[in-house]
Amino acid sequence: MSLKEAIKSNKFIVTAEIAPPKGVDIEKLLEDAEILREMVDAVNVTDNQRAVMRLSSMSFCAKLAEKGFDPILQMTCRDKNALALQSDILGAYVLGIRNILALSGDYPNRGDQGGVKPVFDLDSVQLVDLIKKMDGGKDLRGNKLTGKPSFTIGAVVNPGSMPLEPQLIKLRKKIDAGADFIQTQVVYDVDVFKAFLREAKVPPRVKVIVGIFPLRSYKMAAFVNEQIPGVSVPDRVLKRIKSAKDPVQEGLNISVDIIEELKPICAGIHLMTLNNLQEIPDIIKRSGLI
Amino acid sequence: MIITEQKKLEKILEHLEGSKSVFIIGCGRCSTSCETGGEKQVKEMSGKLEAKGKKVLGSVVIEAPCDDRLVKRDTKGHMAEIRKADSLLVMSCGVGVQTVAEILDKSAYPALESLFLGRTKRLGKFYEMCMMCGECVLDETEGICPIARCSKHLLNGPCGGSHDGKCEVDPKYDCAWHLIFERLKARGKTDKLRKFRGPKDYSRVIRPRKIESR
Repeated sequence: MSLKEAIKSNKFIVTAEIAPPKGVDIEKLLEDAEILREMVDAVNVTDNQRAVMRLSSMSFCAKLAEKGFDPILQMTCRDKNALALQSDILGAYVLGIRNILALSGDYPNRGDQGGVKPVFDLDSVQLVDLIKKMDGGKDLRGNKLTGKPSFTIGAVVNPGSMPLEPQLIKLRKKIDAGADFIQTQVVYDVDVFKAFLREAKVPPRVKVIVGIFPLRSYKMAAFVNEQIPGVSVPDRVLKRIKSAKDPVQEGLNISVDIIEELKPICAGIHLMTLNNLQEIPDIIKRSGLI
Repeated sequence: MIITEQKKLEKILEHLEGSKSVFIIGCGRCSTSCETGGEKQVKEMSGKLEAKGKKVLGSVVIEAPCDDRLVKRDTKGHMAEIRKADSLLVMSCGVGVQTVAEILDKSAYPALESLFLGRTKRLGKFYEMCMMCGECVLDETEGICPIARCSKHLLNGPCGGSHDGKCEVDPKYDCAWHLIFERLKARGKTDKLRKFRGPKDYSRVIRPRKIESR
C-alpha cells in the first residue's frame, strides 16, 4: 500500500528511514531495503542529513521507486534555491517519486562540509506551499506547467520544543499550506507527545507520524538527551539502557514499549534505525503492527 | 555601523610583501568606533610595521574613507608621502579600501576584515542586526530582523532547532524567532505570526546595488 492510500484508508502508517551512502556503492543498501518490503508503507530518504554530504536523496528515491517501494523524498531548503527546488520537484515526479517531506535543513556548520554557502531561499512553510502550487499546475511565479505533478506532502515538527507555541503556529501554517502528513522529531517521552497533541489540534485529514529512534547505548542516549534540541530522554529510559546487558536489544525493547503507548493516539510511526534496517521488521512485529 | 576586526599581523605582512614603504590610512567613523582603525590603532600599526622592517612614511585618519569628498579633503596635505609610498595600508572596511585605492590611484591593502552591519551595545560589543535585503519586514516582526538574526533567514517562524530560546547553529546565539515571539506575546500581537509570508524577492539585491538619483 502506498503512503497516499495508507493516509486515505486511515490505517496505522509505518515509515522507515534510509540514509543514502556517502559514495556510489548502493547495491548493499538496496539489498538491505528488501527487508522492508510489505513491512512499511513508505521509505524516507534523507537529504544530506545533519549537513553531512551523501548521495542525493532524489537518486536513491528513484532507485527505490524502480524496485516498487514508495519513497518519501526529504527535501531541505539548505542546499538549493527556489529555481533548483522547483525543477527537482518536477524531476522527482517523473522519476516515480510521489511523496516529499519539506524541511528547513540542518545548518552546514553541523556537518562535514563546514564552509559551504547555506542557501535558505525558501523556508519549510514556503516549500510546502510551493509543492502544493506545483500540484495545481503552476510554478512559484504563477507560470503554467505542462502537465502537473501530484504529491503527498509532508512536513515536520518537534513536539518537545520549548516554548511550544511558536512551533505550533508554524505547524499550523504548514498544514494550511497543504501538508498531508507530519513526521515528528523523535519521541521518548509519550507524555510530552500527548501534551503536544492536545495543544496542536491537528485536523483529522493530516496524519501525525511519530519519530522513533531506538537508542543503541547509554552514551547515545545521553547524547540525544543533551545535544538534540527539544528531545528529552526520561530518566526511566536512561536507567533502562544504562543497566541493560545488551543495550542495543534494550533500545529496541524501549522502542516497542513507546510504540505500544503511542498506537492509540497517533496516526503512525516513523522508524529511524541508522540504516540498521534488519531491526525494523522485528520492531514492527513485536509492536503488533503486522 | 560597519563592524570590522583587524587581520593578523602575519596576514597584513603578506599583503605588504614587496612594499618597502607604506602609508597608513585610518577611518574616523566605524573603524574608530570599533577600535580597529582609529588614531590609536593606526599609531600601533605603524609601530608594528616599523618593527618588522617596513618604512612607514606617514599616516592619516580620514573622517570617512568611504566618501570620495572626504578622502580628497583629508589626504590633500599628505600627497607627497602617499606618492612616495610603495603601497597604502587601509584600516577601514572594504568600502574605504576601494574608495581610497581608486581616488589615490595606488595599491591599497586591507588591514581589516569587514564583518557585518551592527549595533553597538557598548565598546567591544557589536551585534548584527540588518542584512540590507532591500525589503524590510520589521513591521511584521516587532522590530527584530529574522533575515539577519536567524541563521536560516526563516520568514515563517522558528525551525525545530530552536530550543529554550537558543539557536541550534550555536547555543550562544539567541533564536531570533524566539525573541520575536516573546516580544509579540508581551505586546499581545502573536496573531502577526500566523500570517503566511511568501519568499523574499531577491531581485532587490542584484549586486552591485547603486543609487544614482541626481
